[in-house]
Amino acid sequence: MNENRVAMIREKLTTTFAPTELDIEDDSAKHAGHAGARSGGGHFNVRIVSAEFSGKSLVERHRMVYAAMGDAMQSDIHALSIQAKSPDEA
Amino acid sequence: MDVMDRIKDAVESNAVVIFMKGTPQMPQCGFSSRASQALSACGEEFAYVNVLADPEVFQNLPRYANWPTFPQVYINGELVGGCDITLEMFQKGELQKLVKDAVAKSGAKAS
Repeated sequence: MNENRVAMIREKLTTTFAPTELDIEDDSAKHAGHAGARSGGGHFNVRIVSAEFSGKSLVERHRMVYAAMGDAMQSDIHALSIQAKSPDEA
Repeated sequence: MDVMDRIKDAVESNAVVIFMKGTPQMPQCGFSSRASQALSACGEEFAYVNVLADPEVFQNLPRYANWPTFPQVYINGELVGGCDITLEMFQKGELQKLVKDAVAKSGAKAS
């Protein structure tokens, strides 16, 4: 199930940000069974490099990534750890 | 009080506040735990709201700040970020400065 989720996250991020680097790690197994994971949503780590993040604050970058995830933040994703960099920071 | 007003009140009446799962002493999520530890390490008092104990806040905080996850850290009435940003700023030494300045400012206002 989480392989599909990683593919879904990859597709959304690729479409929205045309990243020059993108790593997505499924961290769900580490969190299985803890209180927050009961809803069934996965934990994922994302490292993304895109020109879209140039000149944006950290809060703005995270909001952009969350927005790209859309409804998935309410269902498939319990936690998304984000490192969002512009190409000159990477 | 309406839940959005309660959130606004918590954000604006505290120099530093974290909305988290559990409490700093008994965190219920690793991300909440790490963010509250970073705040503790700044060496100033901070307020917290346990969103697991307040379902209304749990439901409505994400739309208050247009931020879908917990924890959420607010300093000087503004969203600083969740766990990732809080830790990143702590590692750079920026969080400590922001917290100290905010607490100093609120102390000056109260006296």
